[in-house]
Amino acid sequence: MLTNEFVEDRITSSRLLMHRLHIDLPLLLGLLMLAGVGLFVLYSASGQDDSMIIRQLIRLALAFVILIAVAQISPATLSFWSPWIYSIGLLLLIAVLVLGDIGKGAQRWLDIGIFRFQPSEIMKLAVPMMIARFLADTHLPPNRKRLLLGAILIALPALMVAKQPDLGTALLIASAGGFVLFLAGLSWRFIILSLVAIAASAPFVWNLLREYQQQRILTLLNPQNDPLGTGYHIIQSTIAIGSGGLYGKGWLNGTQSHLDFLPERNTDFIFAVFSEEFGFFGIMLLLLIYIFIISRCLVIAVQSQDTYSRLLAGSLALTFFVYLFVNIGMVSGLLPVVGVPLPLVSYGGTSIVTLMAAFGILMSIQTHRKLLAG
Amino acid sequence: MQRFSSLTIKDHIRESEIINKRILTSAIVAGILLLILLARLFQLQIIDVQHYSSLSENNRVSLLPIAPTRGLIYDRQGRLLAQNLPSYTLELIPEHIKNLKATLTTLRGLIRISDDEVKSFRKQLRRKRRFEGVPLRFRLSDAEVARVAVNQHRLPGVEIVAQLTRHYPMGSLASHAIGYVSRINEEELRHLDASEYSATTYIGKVGVEKSYEHLLHGEVGFQRVETNAQGRILRVLERTLPTPGKNLYLNIDARLQAIAEKGFKDNNGALVAIDPNNGDVLALVSMPTFDPNLFVNGIDSKTYKALSQSTRRPLFNRALRGQYPPGSTLKPFIGLAGLELDAIKPNETINCPGYYMLKNDDRHYRDWKKQGHGITNLRKAIVESCDVYFYNLALTLQIDRLHEYLTSFGLGRLTGIDIRGELPGLMPSRAWKRRVYHQPWFPGETLITGIGQGFTLATPLQLASITATLSDLGQRYQPQVVHAIQEPGTESLSIQTAIPSGNVPIAKIEHWHNIIDIMQDVVHSVHGTARGISHHLSYRIAGKTGTAQVFGVKQDEEYVAEDIAKKLRDHALFIGFAPADKPRIAVAAIVENGGGGGSVAAPIVRKVMDYYLLKSDVPPDANK
Repeated sequence: MLTNEFVEDRITSSRLLMHRLHIDLPLLLGLLMLAGVGLFVLYSASGQDDSMIIRQLIRLALAFVILIAVAQISPATLSFWSPWIYSIGLLLLIAVLVLGDIGKGAQRWLDIGIFRFQPSEIMKLAVPMMIARFLADTHLPPNRKRLLLGAILIALPALMVAKQPDLGTALLIASAGGFVLFLAGLSWRFIILSLVAIAASAPFVWNLLREYQQQRILTLLNPQNDPLGTGYHIIQSTIAIGSGGLYGKGWLNGTQSHLDFLPERNTDFIFAVFSEEFGFFGIMLLLLIYIFIISRCLVIAVQSQDTYSRLLAGSLALTFFVYLFVNIGMVSGLLPVVGVPLPLVSYGGTSIVTLMAAFGILMSIQTHRKLLAG
Repeated sequence: MQRFSSLTIKDHIRESEIINKRILTSAIVAGILLLILLARLFQLQIIDVQHYSSLSENNRVSLLPIAPTRGLIYDRQGRLLAQNLPSYTLELIPEHIKNLKATLTTLRGLIRISDDEVKSFRKQLRRKRRFEGVPLRFRLSDAEVARVAVNQHRLPGVEIVAQLTRHYPMGSLASHAIGYVSRINEEELRHLDASEYSATTYIGKVGVEKSYEHLLHGEVGFQRVETNAQGRILRVLERTLPTPGKNLYLNIDARLQAIAEKGFKDNNGALVAIDPNNGDVLALVSMPTFDPNLFVNGIDSKTYKALSQSTRRPLFNRALRGQYPPGSTLKPFIGLAGLELDAIKPNETINCPGYYMLKNDDRHYRDWKKQGHGITNLRKAIVESCDVYFYNLALTLQIDRLHEYLTSFGLGRLTGIDIRGELPGLMPSRAWKRRVYHQPWFPGETLITGIGQGFTLATPLQLASITATLSDLGQRYQPQVVHAIQEPGTESLSIQTAIPSGNVPIAKIEHWHNIIDIMQDVVHSVHGTARGISHHLSYRIAGKTGTAQVFGVKQDEEYVAEDIAKKLRDHALFIGFAPADKPRIAVAAIVENGGGGGSVAAPIVRKVMDYYLLKSDVPPDANK
């Protein structure tokens, strides 16, 4: 009996330690698991490039540090700073548009002496924070004036990012903001009306898209149209996924990826490498990890104690799902190719940092609760 | 204020409910979307797995053909006539070359590279992949290979590649019989088995090389290789070795052939020697010859022009395709026809005044001997080659019987020799003339047919073949150039069997012996037209000379050879076989514009027979 009590005491104390460090253990475990799987796949996708793994490892470590740092900041403080972060982000976006560096044929990067970074990444967090703050200040559901203002606050950065042009990030920013509006009780009539409006404006938007963006959508409809050009990515990635079968070709044995048939295999198309090597069975396991993380985030949202936290946590959880859905959708040929990485698995810098910061916010929300029933 | 704050607290609970409801809705929608994704992945990985697996396999694995080694060609004695030698090609691998221009300049400083070669290199450069070698120069000499090799350290990406190239060690010897290989052209590509020839660069164009292509080529091999997206070969998964082509042994004896070719000196002409017992072609000469090695790697246009436009026509295979008036060489056959068809008796005579006249025709049909042969029987008519006797005989036989009898020997028909391209010659008849000229047959035409002139045409091969048939008492064989076929890597030969191609009907065998006996007198008697070759002859030759007119001599003109330009002079012919009693070799020779058959063509035939029948007595170099 004594031992049992002792063990329980130990568990409670370790929980308390985690709580004091503002870490949510289930979420942390889920993320670590995902990052581990990600490194495993990247090792294969990169052609067993050790230096790439080390760089990704460093990036992940840095991201976890940021996660823990962000988790220390209370939701109240976040809420207080939201308008400021949003404003700074917006200014930086304007700066990028005016004097941005040209990277990969698109203006996304801002070179500020020591390092280059994408202000659009900040907006992935700043927009939902701003909208959550903006709506939490008044009653829910928001009135029309609030909605309209909220929509403008979302549209402004989203359009600017889209103009860079970075359709994937613009989409993520818009959906992060949109999710806050949705969670705040946006009336179904309004949702349906705006969906109709989007559909109606589609031809107009079509003309606004760059030629390569139009091409990507056309390619989705019929990849065989241009098998060596724009359709090549989709054709090769569906071949990679399909040839994986139930159990896959085995780790390091994916021919599509190792023989260079699969483009962008370290970054946006890493899901195809995973599918080829681990098959449908492996995908189910991977999706389980994602579902676990997303569920945990939604639980945090539901358990949170104030409107700002609830809205923000819900939005971040759903945005994470959008990442997952858009990436897998595009790699498997369901959605047009927009530059959205597979979260925490794809090789790449800023998106991991941003994602981890978001999880930091979620942990902060979970661990700064006042333990009412304690 | 109080109202406001109480409302705020109330709202807080309501707001939580609103948001939580929405979170639930979102979770459900997200779940549905996940199911859609899973359905898509299920479709790709479970339902269509076969389809995508095969696509992936096709991406990865390609089939590379391996060219078989071409069969070798030997002569009857096993001397090599066609072989495969390594030849060196200079190749550049673009991805290893930093500065192409500098590399080219350096190379041109080392070896001779023409502008044309650079141009064709640049053309190919655009078509090839970066890691594939692009040929810049073919057939490097040993010295050039050495010069490049020494400088290899400062020429990264420059490689010398050895490959097998057809080579004819005897050069121009028997080139019309052996033929040559050359690059496959587009026309041939359309008819070839694409997979069998997928790795082959060369194909037989003429002669044995063409006609025995199916045996010489061999069977293509394959290797299954794994390639990456750029097409670079990463590893060989499986290899099926090619089956090399079969080796061929010809009936042609290279030394015999050389003796015959040398015998022509600077003359144009042809000679065919056949073993009458089986149709084996012992020599197949068409002069002048050409060097088949020139064609193997693509002949340059200047050399080709010189060959193809030369008035001596070295590329023309006279033995198979030269159709000449057989002239007097036909007389023994017409004489035999006369005996066999009971038109004459051996000792019946006619008077030869030096010309012949038809009724109701004041034209003089001349004899070559202006003063005439006087009283002439069959023996004298053949030995001294009396024309008037044969004018008379032809008229008695009439053209149709003449046609029928000579056709039974094979005149006017393909001999069926095993190399392609022979022409059938022409044995005229009434029906033929009506069909082609829409004209009746004139008696005068029968006369000149009787001395092998007029419409009658025969190839040297046909003349050799009918001579062989005569010597073998009517048994005909298809002439065969190839003697035996050998599986590569083995010693055993599969000898080609003789192919009989019919018999000439025999009325009385004495007639045949009689003609053969008379033909021996052509060589061995003092009046014989070929008596010049009988000197120190240790065996007996049965033969017949001939002179074929190249242009007609008008009624009151005389033919004076010296006055006529060489190309208008008569062709000299000789047919013969030996030993007369037990024939082992039958030969027909024609020397274009050579003048008299006895003095020009017969000596060549004698040399051929001497070598074949006596061998060591006449070393091949003794003819210089």
